[in-house]
Amino acid sequence: MQETQRVGEVIQASTRDFVAQCYELYQIPPLGSLVKTKDQSLELYGVVYNAATTSLEPGRHPIARGREEKTEEGIYQTSPQLLKLLKSEFGAVVVGHRQDKRLYHYLPPTPARIHGFVYQCTPAEVMEFSQSFDFLNIIINARLPVSTEELVAAALRQMSQAYEDQRAFLVAAGRELAILLSGNLSQLKAILGRIRP
Amino acid sequence: MTENERLGIVVSGSLNKGVEVRLDKSASVEDMVVGRFVTIEGQKRRFFGMITDVSLGVTDPTLTVVPPDISDPFIAEVIAGTGTFGTIHVSPSLVIGGDAVTMLEGPQPVKTIPSHFSEVRLASQRDVELVFGTEDEKRFFIGTPLDMETKVCLNLEEFVKRSNGVFGKSGTGKTFLTRLLLIGMLQKGAAVNLVFDMHSEYGWESRDERGRKVKALKQLFSSQVAVFTLDEESSRRRKVTTDFVVKIGYDEIEPEDVALLRQTLNLTELAVEAVYQLARRFGKGWLQDTVNLKGIDDLPEGLNIHESTLQNLQRGLATVKRLPFLVPHSPDNTVKRILGYLERGTNVVLEFGRYTDITAYILVANLLTRRIHARYREAMERATGEGTAQPRQLVITIEEAHRFLNPEVSSKTIFGTIAREMRKYNVTLLVVDQRPSGIDSEVMSQVGTKITCLLDDERDVDSVLTGVPNKGELKSVLSKLESKQQALIFGHAVPVAVVVRTREYGSAQSYKDFIPKEAEKDIKGLWE
Repeated sequence: MQETQRVGEVIQASTRDFVAQCYELYQIPPLGSLVKTKDQSLELYGVVYNAATTSLEPGRHPIARGREEKTEEGIYQTSPQLLKLLKSEFGAVVVGHRQDKRLYHYLPPTPARIHGFVYQCTPAEVMEFSQSFDFLNIIINARLPVSTEELVAAALRQMSQAYEDQRAFLVAAGRELAILLSGNLSQLKAILGRIRP
Repeated sequence: MTENERLGIVVSGSLNKGVEVRLDKSASVEDMVVGRFVTIEGQKRRFFGMITDVSLGVTDPTLTVVPPDISDPFIAEVIAGTGTFGTIHVSPSLVIGGDAVTMLEGPQPVKTIPSHFSEVRLASQRDVELVFGTEDEKRFFIGTPLDMETKVCLNLEEFVKRSNGVFGKSGTGKTFLTRLLLIGMLQKGAAVNLVFDMHSEYGWESRDERGRKVKALKQLFSSQVAVFTLDEESSRRRKVTTDFVVKIGYDEIEPEDVALLRQTLNLTELAVEAVYQLARRFGKGWLQDTVNLKGIDDLPEGLNIHESTLQNLQRGLATVKRLPFLVPHSPDNTVKRILGYLERGTNVVLEFGRYTDITAYILVANLLTRRIHARYREAMERATGEGTAQPRQLVITIEEAHRFLNPEVSSKTIFGTIAREMRKYNVTLLVVDQRPSGIDSEVMSQVGTKITCLLDDERDVDSVLTGVPNKGELKSVLSKLESKQQALIFGHAVPVAVVVRTREYGSAQSYKDFIPKEAEKDIKGLWE
C-alpha cells in the first residue's frame, strides 16, 4: 500500500471547505483529488476544487525577472529567495468524514482545525470513499468558484484512476449523475462529455 | 431471461386500471411481452398478474427533444435505465399468497393493489402451477403460457357447466382448439358431446392447412364416439366408419325450423306467419301440402294468405325440400338414436359431408337440438321430481354460431334459449364462430369461458370482451396475439385471463398423450 502523502497544512477552515497551504511551492494535489485532514477522532475528507500560487505578502506582487535568463528554472536558481516569498494554496470542499472508523458521506459536525495536516488519500482510501456516490450531491450543490461540471468531472476522473476497471466505475458514476441531474440535461451532458473514458 | 427474474418496481396504479411498473436497468423493455405473467411481492400479499402494456419513459422531456448521442456506448449505457427507462403495465388479478385465506383456499381475486415500490418478478413455473393447477381428473392441459413450459389447465368440470365460446378469425386455429376441447371433455368424461360438424373435421381425420393429415375423435376414442352422417357418399369416400346415416322426414320439420331460416331462404315476415297458419291447418304433412298447392285458389277455406307471400314461401320451401337428406318420411327416428347414444355416454359427431350449405346446417342443427332439448328438459324435471339420476351433462357444439344467435333470431331459436338458461337442464353450448359481433350481446354475456384466437375487427373484439372488467387491457393483448396457435382464455374455467400457446396436436406423440395408458395397446396401429 502506498504511503499516505502529506501535502500541506490547514490555514483556513469552515464547515463547507478548508484551505491548506502546501509545504513545497507548486506541490499542489491535482484538481478533484481526494484529500483528508484529522481533528482528533474526526477525519475530514475533501475534494480539491481550487488552487493558487501567490505572493506571501499581499502588497508585494511578483514581477517578471527572466529577461536575462535562458531557462525558467534559471530564474529560481538566480533568486532562490523567490521560493520563500511565494506560497501555493489549495481549497478543498468537505465531502464527508470518518468518525469511529465509520465513513459518512455528509458534512462533519465540526470544521477542520487550523494547522491540521492535510494528506493526499491513497488509492485504497479513494476506493473505499467512492463506494458511495452521495458526495456528488454535495459538490453539485456547493456553489464553488470553479464550475460544477468541471469539478465533478475532475473528481470522478481522479477517483477512477484508483480502479482497475475505470469504465465500470465511470458508468456507475454517470448513472448516479443521470438521476441527480435528471432535470438538468445540459449539465449532465457536459459532465458526461468530460468523463467519457 | 431467467425464471423469477426481477423486472422492476411498482411506481403507481389503481385497482381499476392496474399498476405501472418501472423496469430495472437490467430488464430490457424489448423482452417484455404482453400476456406474460408476473408476480408482485407486496408487503403483506403476493399478487399475480399479466403484462398488458409496455411503454417508454424519460425523466426529462428534453431528452426526447434533444436525444443524447447514444452512438457513444458510454453515454448509451449511462442513460439507459436512468434518464430513459421502460415501464410495463400490469393488471394484478389474483392474490396467491401472504394472507390466511389464500393459504387455505388457494388463489383469491384481488381486492387491493400492492404498495409503492413493491418488487415485480417474472412468474415462476410454480406460481403458474399454483394458479392453473396441474393436470388431473378434472383439469385438462390446453396449452402453455407465453415463454414458459408450465401447463395451463382448464377446469373442465366448471367449463361444461356454462356455455362457452371459441372465437377467432378464419385460419387462426379455432378448429384445432375446438378439437382439443372436445378431446378434453371426452378424456375427462366431463360431459357427453353432440357436435354439428359442418366441415366434417371432428369425427374423422381431415387435413390441416399444411396438408398434413390430422386425426380426430373417432380415431382416438373409437369406443366413445359415434359418427352420424348426412352424406353417406362423402363419408364412404373419406373412408369414415359411420354409425348412422341421418335422414329427415318432411313431417319432422316444424314451423319454428322455417322461421329460423327466414334470412337464408329470403322469406318475408308474412311468409313465416303463413307457415304457422298452414301447419295448423295441414298438420304433420304441411310442408309437402304447401309445396303442392297450385296457387291461392287452391288454399283451404279460411286461410288468408296473399298470393306473393305464398309464392315466396313455396320458393323457399322448395329449396328446403331439395336437400338430399330430406325424405317424405324417415323410417328411423334420428333424435331417438342420438339420445340413445348420448344416454349411454357415447359422443355423437354429425357430419354434414357435402351439404355445407348454411340452410342445411341451420335446419338440421335446430331441428335436432330442439327435440333433444325437450327430452333433456323432461328428463331433468323428472329427475328433480322423483329424485332420480340427472341426465348426463351435454355439450352441443355449433359452428357459424352467429347464424343461430344473431339478435334477430336468438330469442326464437333453441340455441338462444340454451345459451340463456339451459345450464339448469344440464345442456350447454360450445359456440364456434369467426364473427362474434354477429352474436346477440345478451347471449354473449352469458358465455362462461371464452377462448379467442386473433381477432382484428374492432367490433368483434368489443363483442368478445363485453362484460369483462379490465376490457381495455385485454384488448391490447387480444389484438397482439399471433395468428397461429395462440389464444386468450378468460372466464369461468380459468382463474385469470391467460394467453396460451396451444398444446401441440397432430403428431404421434400428441395423440399418445391424450389416450390413457391402459388403452394404449388397443389402438397401437394408430401411430404406426
